[in-house]
Amino acid sequence: MGSTRAEGIQAGRLTPADYDANFSDIHAPLSRHEAFVESERCYFCHDAPCQTACPTSIDIPLFIREIASGNDLGAAETILSANILGGMCARVCPTETLCEEACVREHAEGKPVKIGLLQRHATDRLMESGKQPFKRVTSTGKKVAVVGGGPAGLSCAHKLAELGHEVTIYEAKEKLGGLNEFGIAAYKATENFAQREVDFILSIGGITVKAGHALGHNLDIAKLRQSYDAVFVGTGLAGVNKLGLSGEDTLSGVVDAVKYIAELRQAKDLSKLPVGRNVVVIGGGMTAVDVAVQSKKLGAESVTIVYRRGQDEMKASAYEQHLAQTSGVTIRTFAQPVSLVGANGKVTGVTFDETEVKGGKLTASGGQYTLPADMVFTAIGQIFVPDGLNGADALALENGRIMVDAERRTSVKHIWAGGDCIAGGQDLTVAAVEDGKQAALSIHHTLMGA
Amino acid sequence: MADLRNNFLGIKSPNPFWLASAPPTDRLVNVTRAFKAGWGGVVWKTLGDGDPIVNVSGPRYGAIHGSDRRLIGLNNIELITDRPLEINLQEIKQVKRDWPDRAMVVSLMVPCEEPNWKAILKRVEETECDGVELNFGCPHGMSERGMGAAVGQVPEYIEMVARWCKTHTNMPVIVKLTPNITDIRFPARAAKKGGADAVSLINTISSIMSVDLDQMSPWPVVDGQGTHGGYCGPAVKPIALNMVAEIGRDAETRGLPISAIGGVTTWKDAADFIAMGAGNVQVCTAAMTYGFKIVEEMISGLSKFMDEKGYQTTEDFRGLALPKVTDWQYLNLNYVVKASIDQDLCISCGRCHQVCEDTSHQAITNMVDGKRKFVVKDEECVGCNLCAITCPVQDCITMVPQTKGTDPRTGFEYGRSYANWTTHPNNPGAKAAE
Repeated sequence: MGSTRAEGIQAGRLTPADYDANFSDIHAPLSRHEAFVESERCYFCHDAPCQTACPTSIDIPLFIREIASGNDLGAAETILSANILGGMCARVCPTETLCEEACVREHAEGKPVKIGLLQRHATDRLMESGKQPFKRVTSTGKKVAVVGGGPAGLSCAHKLAELGHEVTIYEAKEKLGGLNEFGIAAYKATENFAQREVDFILSIGGITVKAGHALGHNLDIAKLRQSYDAVFVGTGLAGVNKLGLSGEDTLSGVVDAVKYIAELRQAKDLSKLPVGRNVVVIGGGMTAVDVAVQSKKLGAESVTIVYRRGQDEMKASAYEQHLAQTSGVTIRTFAQPVSLVGANGKVTGVTFDETEVKGGKLTASGGQYTLPADMVFTAIGQIFVPDGLNGADALALENGRIMVDAERRTSVKHIWAGGDCIAGGQDLTVAAVEDGKQAALSIHHTLMGA
Repeated sequence: MADLRNNFLGIKSPNPFWLASAPPTDRLVNVTRAFKAGWGGVVWKTLGDGDPIVNVSGPRYGAIHGSDRRLIGLNNIELITDRPLEINLQEIKQVKRDWPDRAMVVSLMVPCEEPNWKAILKRVEETECDGVELNFGCPHGMSERGMGAAVGQVPEYIEMVARWCKTHTNMPVIVKLTPNITDIRFPARAAKKGGADAVSLINTISSIMSVDLDQMSPWPVVDGQGTHGGYCGPAVKPIALNMVAEIGRDAETRGLPISAIGGVTTWKDAADFIAMGAGNVQVCTAAMTYGFKIVEEMISGLSKFMDEKGYQTTEDFRGLALPKVTDWQYLNLNYVVKASIDQDLCISCGRCHQVCEDTSHQAITNMVDGKRKFVVKDEECVGCNLCAITCPVQDCITMVPQTKGTDPRTGFEYGRSYANWTTHPNNPGAKAAE
């Protein structure tokens, strides 16, 4: 049995009970009573600001009123008709910057209605019921390929199936779900929720899944265009930014945070997953927080996030930063890595230049320090990899991602795109769901001429 | 310091808060707890004669709830006391001895035969209680047997029984009225004619609370069936307040002492009834919802109110609102208010706009200069108050009397002198202004 103080990268630092406790639901679901009490706080606003703030425009006042009147399944249907991944969004949405920030009770009392937890309450009841509230209309005979089985692709596929089209989802990995399955922090989607939600979505029928198919490998977008009436691309961000420091690819213990989180999410036994004693995370986004908090929860003794600018500029929300800090993660700001320190092929520390903002530009301020580390996570952004998108016509890009119009049409006829791989996105699950839904509606109108 | 001591028909109590004849006053143990908690008096749960009645052992109460399961209406199908008369009389006597400063009134309900009333009055007198209340009100169960509301719905019976009671006892006689009639003034007049010293009202309202949609039966369900019960609680207070006012305004019953009952939940409810002329109040549902401790809030709140207003005793403000109760036809048609929204207090829920737009006069904006903003349009506002009562924020929307300028809705000057419907040109029966 290891301990939090065991040197180096070790598995089994904690007791089985610790792992269970650390990776249980971070927000306990509302009980029936709590849901009633909370639902009755909703004012049923006119042209509700919460609904306006939701990227998928869920009719929040209506679903909360349905909960209050004892109609949980009706509430779930209201939610899912706007956002088929409403269950996952209830768990991962940054509600504090979306619906709950807009809630008039936030304005009035600083205590918004707990919209996210109410949404989870309703969708959980529907998932428990095992019912698929949506039915397919008569088959249109049209075939659509959806490339990428993440939130955008699943949302698109479900809506298309509902509208009567035959859908095939091509997924590079062995499982559908995308970041819901491989990226979200484990304590936000417990009890295999991502796969249960995938099963729920597929239960509408009319969707064929082909796993192990990736563009540029065994999938050709030009051929897809020929075989299908329409193609939706929702491949996400397959690449990560690199530090560009010597030793990044050679020193053991320097790890891509995205890859590590995927490994963690797929681990059958977390006590077998090794983590360092002294962990340093470089980055300031959600991935940095997720890997830092989960390292701590795996038993790392010391975890430090180092971000080159100030806390206000971190892409991780204030809520996520707070979560990191209350989980025992240290956040250090205004420092950027300049070298990786190693010995015997293993990383032993990271040296940082202290930084400051001068005239709006970030510059080294002269100071320098080295943090000891046996594990260094890089979490400085994911990037779109356009491999395999170049068929007969290349999809136009914008700022390195696929360019789309308001209906999520790409520059190439009969190809739509959505989710993190498109330009101008918010890199949020809920935004990806909306992309998929809008693309499906656009595809439907285009194919049916309606 | 306000003096809350109460004298109703010569019955003295340390405060005007009595517990109404109901389950909380059925036995010594409950009433003793009530007096310890500070209640001024009780009306003991209704006694009958003959063998004790039998209650259902299924559910006796139903309710409707507001937000957060706050009980706003209760109904019951419990009958009068189901304990032997002898035990009740012993306990009444005991409690009155133990608590001589508290009011002890005994509620009675026996068949409409003079010997029955005469007999039970003699028994009750022996308890040395302060008075009796004739239960002509219960709308369920006993009314099927020709008692309770079955008596209260026939003014001639009320008068007859009241007269018997006044003939056969020197104790003060209070007649408890049922609201399950078309015009409360008729039973009140009958009680007065029969010599009753006072009326108490309202008893409960006939009601079915809801339907159990699984069993397709009235709820609460007693083995697959249900029956109407008596409705009470905060929801019935407005009905009671109107009936109290009606009796207070009626030429024949004006001045008849009233013990007010119906949804009294806080000191404010009690003050409302007293302002409308009631000598004291009786409480049941609030105690059955929160327990006896609520009387502390009632005492403290009423005292504070009276201190602030400079009233020494409840007599100082009793009935002050009564002269202001009038008929619609005498309301001032030239009085104009306009809603006004305090933009600093507004939380932009937009419900005022929504309800005005959908169900009233389209007099509130939802957008000003492209921004979400709720402002009253004086040219459309009829001053109906719907927005103000719908707004979740207290005092955010107020109805402001208009005195200067012109009403953009009607084109009339504000501040025109009093004029009512009786002289309005549109009234075909208008009288010439005097």
